[in-house]
Amino acid sequence: MSKVIITEKLTKKFDDFTAVDAISFEVEQGEIFGFLGANGAGKTTAMRILSGLSYPTSGKAEVAGFDVYNQVEDIKRNIGYMSQKFSLYENLTVRENIHFFGGIYGLGRKELKQASEELISRLHLGPEANKLVKSLPLGWKQKIAFSVAILHRPKIVFLDEPTGGVDPITRRQFWELIYEATSQGITAFVTTHYMDEAEYCDRVSIMVDGAIAALDTPAALKSQFNASSMDAVFLQLARAAKRS
Amino acid sequence: MSAIHIENLVKSYEKGKVKALKSISLDIEEGELFGLIGPDGSGKTTLFRILTTLILPDSGNATLMGLDVVEDFWEIRKIVGYMPGRFSLYQDLSIEENLNFFATVFNTTVAENYHLIEDIYVQIEPFKKRRAGKLSGGMKQKLALCCALIHEPKVLLLDEPTTGVDPVSRKEFWDMLGRLKEKGITVVVSTPYMDEASRCDRIALMQDGQIMEMDSLKNILQKHPQHLYAVRSKDMHRLLFDLRNFEGMKSAFAFGDEHHAVLGKGSDDPNQLFDFLQLKGHEQLAIRPISPEIEDVFIQLMQAQES
Amino acid sequence: MKIFFAFVVKEFRHVWRDKRSLMILLGLPIIMMLIFGFAISSEVKDSKILVIDHAKDNQSRMLIDRFNQSEYFTVFAISTDEKIIPDYFEKGSVRLALIIPSGFRTDMEKEGSQLRLIADATDPNSANIATSYASAVIRDFQIQFFENAAAFMNINIETRMLYNPQLKSSFNFVPGVMTLIMMLLGTMMTAVAIVKEKEMGTIEILLVSPMKPILVIISKAVPYLVICFVDVLLILFMAYMVLDMPMRGSLPLLLLESLLFIITTLSFGLLISTLVSSQQMAMFISLVGFLMPALVFSGFMFPIENMPLPLQVISNVVPTKWYFLILKTIMVKGLGFEYIIKPTIILAVMTIIFILLTLRNFKVRLM
Repeated sequence: MSKVIITEKLTKKFDDFTAVDAISFEVEQGEIFGFLGANGAGKTTAMRILSGLSYPTSGKAEVAGFDVYNQVEDIKRNIGYMSQKFSLYENLTVRENIHFFGGIYGLGRKELKQASEELISRLHLGPEANKLVKSLPLGWKQKIAFSVAILHRPKIVFLDEPTGGVDPITRRQFWELIYEATSQGITAFVTTHYMDEAEYCDRVSIMVDGAIAALDTPAALKSQFNASSMDAVFLQLARAAKRS
Repeated sequence: MSAIHIENLVKSYEKGKVKALKSISLDIEEGELFGLIGPDGSGKTTLFRILTTLILPDSGNATLMGLDVVEDFWEIRKIVGYMPGRFSLYQDLSIEENLNFFATVFNTTVAENYHLIEDIYVQIEPFKKRRAGKLSGGMKQKLALCCALIHEPKVLLLDEPTTGVDPVSRKEFWDMLGRLKEKGITVVVSTPYMDEASRCDRIALMQDGQIMEMDSLKNILQKHPQHLYAVRSKDMHRLLFDLRNFEGMKSAFAFGDEHHAVLGKGSDDPNQLFDFLQLKGHEQLAIRPISPEIEDVFIQLMQAQES
Repeated sequence: MKIFFAFVVKEFRHVWRDKRSLMILLGLPIIMMLIFGFAISSEVKDSKILVIDHAKDNQSRMLIDRFNQSEYFTVFAISTDEKIIPDYFEKGSVRLALIIPSGFRTDMEKEGSQLRLIADATDPNSANIATSYASAVIRDFQIQFFENAAAFMNINIETRMLYNPQLKSSFNFVPGVMTLIMMLLGTMMTAVAIVKEKEMGTIEILLVSPMKPILVIISKAVPYLVICFVDVLLILFMAYMVLDMPMRGSLPLLLLESLLFIITTLSFGLLISTLVSSQQMAMFISLVGFLMPALVFSGFMFPIENMPLPLQVISNVVPTKWYFLILKTIMVKGLGFEYIIKPTIILAVMTIIFILLTLRNFKVRLM
């Protein structure tokens, strides 16, 4: 299996504040990688670097085989992004959203048509596809947003607290979509501070004070920290944090 | 007397097109720590806004400490403490300034009710000159809680106070609520996170503008027994599909690194399931009976509601 | 009272900490005054003039000299051929041409001479001013050389500029700019301030408190009242120091009237804030929906008397018109309160209406 994210001593400083402190980790293709940390632990900064939105201060990082210093454009073409806050245009219909985001990533007219029909039938949208996004329930929006984020078959999709606030069934349907995508070779990079989301990941890293304090499968972390849940693991690690 | 009494409360938006509350009834005792648990859009915020007299119900009635939410709204505003869903303090004012301002608005002083907020406030006091906009999520919540408490409310209504807050701060926050309850304040908290149910005396499970179930967590779990099994195998993705194809399977969903499978009444034999899955070629197969958690019950209730 | 005080202190903190808004609040009047004072001055200075001198005698030469000596004109060229005039105008090298007929002197002594002024009226405002200045220069010339000149000298343009004989444009724009700035800041800033509470969600907490709406409204307006008043002082100071604007009437009266107008604009801003729910909308309404008519109907840029009747009627409900009138009456004409009773009452009535509407619209609930 190939590695889609490789970082080596990746560091980002803001003046004298080290937001990300020499983190090194690797993510395999097709993996669901959980990227956890308390507020201010540095995960947003790290994710910005990995998605080509900001440059590191030092260290190395490769995303989808491209360098974060000088191949930012290539990185952007090969990743997808979805967050709970921004995902779709509320005032456009589902179909218009699909066409817009597909268009941004340079999908041709034929490809776009095929991809959007496929997406609409896979999510059983039917006539809802012509409704404005804002009229749909939150759970649907999230599923559509995710499908749109992987429309251009990116190597990695970044998911920022993807299932916050939805009911348990919708949440699981959403994770099934993620499983399906990863089984097709897309890597899911999930940031969240909800530990039940972490339980779904193949491997989980926990950032504390800008550094990675632990990285393993949820089961291994639980036994390592002698905890019954990821929540307990997290509490043990984050309690030691000095930053607030 | 109930601290909060709600009877057949109905509220819809956009001229009845969106039904936010479909006839809700519930009673919350004085001094209770009560949780409204349900996803976004289940009606939690609407219910809070009616209780805080911010909006009017279409029909039904509700009282807080015996005061009617429509008739006696000025009186209710004096005794209710409210933390809205999103951070609603002045970002450009410091911790201290926010607190003093809200104390004055409610016609009191910080000194007068300091005993109520003391153990929360000491945690953020070192940063009291810092502007609220520059605080971390957890500190913002603590400040907002202080501001909602400063006039010694009889009833405290907290709308999703832990959304967007990291686990450490969440735990601390719930600990604080527990202490407030001990001081005799009635606390109502809404949350989309089921795991917080265990911190409440009683909970109401909300979905789609209705209360599906209401009781203590323990009683709710007892009331809804399931033939529930945790299943794992090497290929979890395929396992989920195969589980759903098993005759007699009521529902199967992923629960973290396991799948939870609910078997129907007549077909409650895990051995049959084991054989069935083994026949499908699953390796490292493991099935163990488990007792349902709150999410299992929520899913069951949702499915019952839908059918 | 304590609540009110706390609220006002909080409002001042908001304003003080938002440096960008503060810059606008205090910087805008200064910048506007400078722009109008220097850049867009409609005064005529060193205006280039083309002279067609058919007479070519002593008198005509003396008249040309007078134009040259005047600070308002520079003689650009002298010719005897009228045909060149269009050419000069087209190139834009001159804005005004003076044609002196042959036999200038003899005509003057007899029945009167026919001087002609031709102005490039693409900018009618400055053309008007330039011709007025030119006639003033000619009149001056005539008075100096002929004791009884008026009897036989005939000048086409007979305009007397009351109160502002030199047509100093600051007499017009200082009251105008003052009116506009007050309108803009008073309306927009208060509207935005309240709507901000809606956007931030803080309004939910205020509503849930036992605080009465009237208190919220008044305490929101107070800091802006102070700031706008500071702006009035700032503008007057600038006008006096930098732009030589005289203050002919009573200063206390002017300040009192300004206070009234500020309250009018603030209450209008409050009214807007009760009707919209986003800062952008508040800004848009106060800028486009209100500043535009305020500008057009104030009489500052376009004289109201020249408007079609329906527009004249509309202008009566625009507060800026009345404040502009009050300002001009006090500052330029130097008249007292008895001359501005009517506009004062009108503004007061408008204010009361705005406040009543605001109170009616301000909801004690979210919807």
